[in-house]
Amino acid sequence: MSVFIDRGTRLLVQGITGRDGSFHTKQMMAYGTQVVAGVTPGKGGQRFEQAVPVFDTVAEAVRETAANTSVIYVPATVAASAIFEAADAGLQLIVCITEGIPVLDLTRVLPFVRDRGVRLIGPNCPGLIAPGKSKVGIIPGSICQPGRIGIVSRSGTLTYEIIHQLSTQQLGQSTCVGIGGDPLIGTSFVDCLAAFEADPETDAVVVIGEIGGTDEQLAAEFVRAQMTKPVVGFIAGQTAPPGRRMGHAGAIISGSSGTAAEKMQAFERAGIAVMRRPADVVPLLRERLA
Amino acid sequence: MNLHEYQARELLRQHGIPVPDAEVVETAERARAVAERLGGRVVIKAQVHAGGRGKAGGVKLAATPAETASHAANILGMTIKGLTVHRVLVAPAADIASESYVGIIVDRLSQRPVLMVSPAGGIDIEEVAATTPEKIHRLAIDPRYGLLPHQALGLGLALYREVAQARAAAEIMQKLYGTVYAVGASLAEINPLVTTPDGRVVALDAKIVVDDNELERHPEIAALRDPTAEAPAEVTARQAGLTFIKLDGSVGCCVNGAGLAMATMDLVKYYGGEPANFLDIGGSSNPQKVVDALKIITADPSVRAILFNIFGGITRCDDVANGIVQATRQFPLRVPLVIRLTGTNEAVAVQILTQAGFAALTDMDDAVRQAVARARA
Repeated sequence: MSVFIDRGTRLLVQGITGRDGSFHTKQMMAYGTQVVAGVTPGKGGQRFEQAVPVFDTVAEAVRETAANTSVIYVPATVAASAIFEAADAGLQLIVCITEGIPVLDLTRVLPFVRDRGVRLIGPNCPGLIAPGKSKVGIIPGSICQPGRIGIVSRSGTLTYEIIHQLSTQQLGQSTCVGIGGDPLIGTSFVDCLAAFEADPETDAVVVIGEIGGTDEQLAAEFVRAQMTKPVVGFIAGQTAPPGRRMGHAGAIISGSSGTAAEKMQAFERAGIAVMRRPADVVPLLRERLA
Repeated sequence: MNLHEYQARELLRQHGIPVPDAEVVETAERARAVAERLGGRVVIKAQVHAGGRGKAGGVKLAATPAETASHAANILGMTIKGLTVHRVLVAPAADIASESYVGIIVDRLSQRPVLMVSPAGGIDIEEVAATTPEKIHRLAIDPRYGLLPHQALGLGLALYREVAQARAAAEIMQKLYGTVYAVGASLAEINPLVTTPDGRVVALDAKIVVDDNELERHPEIAALRDPTAEAPAEVTARQAGLTFIKLDGSVGCCVNGAGLAMATMDLVKYYGGEPANFLDIGGSSNPQKVVDALKIITADPSVRAILFNIFGGITRCDDVANGIVQATRQFPLRVPLVIRLTGTNEAVAVQILTQAGFAALTDMDDAVRQAVARARA
């Protein structure tokens, strides 16, 4: 077992013929992911790489191929509409890689997917990978190694750095999930931590957070109250200048709860081992797993 | 993108929210003419993207057109928090019976637009939120239904006992909510919302922040951008598709991804150095982005060494390597360059760099330690 995706994942790619979509579809196919369909309106009937049928709509693609998961690489201005379409077609897992989606679009997308019981990962995320089984998104397969550590992160490339640290020191991963760096996202740290806690193939979890918002504090509370597996954490942005002020409303609603120091304290209080730098991840995991 | 007060007021007016008559001007003579047209006492307000304008001397009252001209002459050209004042707003000095606060922000926790109102509006609203939070009323709006009339009226009654005024405030809240979605705002606030001695409810000052991701959809809003109100290096970076924030240190950083960029800055500090900037070249990089990034970093005279930290995913390492080679052919660097790259197309990148005479590292800690040492040498 792994988290959210596995060998049974039948993937549909929205935006399969675009620059990023086609590049990463080839990478996912090379990794062994079952890519069963692509969608680009106007290109229905074509075949991608002589192998994957392309459809005009997601509904048609799902009917014809029994796809159960979608990954989205379409431009930001139409990405919300792509998520609505995928959820309407009955897909249960939607992974949105696209960055730069207006935050107000998400205020409408999130209730829509929740009402249908659909899991949305992202947007503005690198997707997820279950090493040796399936890859959905853009995490480079070459840096991963099958194993028993779960990773959940708000970042993209910083996640790769942590995976790289683990793999080069023989700590493989069960699943790596990039949840995305936008203010409004479909899947939270807590959702992923709960999935890792329940996953028999995961022994410990690495949580990679950053400044802004209070998701890390909620994650810390979940770890304290609900988790038995060891958790190691990192917060990026200890030296970042205080964020640009968002009028009075930003200060009224969030107070001062978005700083790295506050999040690291919340982690420590919850019994999470806190890294000072990415290279600390392996020693801390070995210590906690010993 | 921040809008100026005068731009935000105009958007509110277009969406049917009552705002007092006023004009924005760029000269003292025009300020005098506006004061003559308005008659009576006026207020002259600096139009810059900085809080605390009043405390900095950027807001003045004037009783006559001559006094208006003299205040405007003083405020125009003044520097407030590093920003030069190019325009002032001349507005009637309203007689105010009460000051309230009304604001809408997209809240991460509830994942909804949240409407906040307080009868204790004015310049000390954050103090009110910190010390007497019970005076701030909040409502998370369900975007499927919008702000419902009874919800708005309920909050209107939290501001005013007079039902006519509560209704007027409720109507303003609904129009403000409409404005948020119409212009793509991540924040819209009226502070203060005032009542006049004759009982009207009007928006005296407004602040709107537009989500940068909405600008492609709203060219009329994008056209409101005032490049003179931003730091020049940040304008250049934005035009090149980069995110850049200047800091005070000596290690110039060029990284792909915001999280890795922050972690790199943190590691520079961990090894005893100080980052000179935050710079994210983003995904789908092309060589030109790297050339632009190096131009921006090298323009800062306090930079003593430049650190590249690239972990290829969507960003291809060979694009970055080509950019570095192109840039150093166009303009020779006067400071040492430390390059770390790994991930997508790493082998090609190392070959490109080696042929051009650059060393390429693969370990982040090694690279940061070297860059900190080179910046000190």
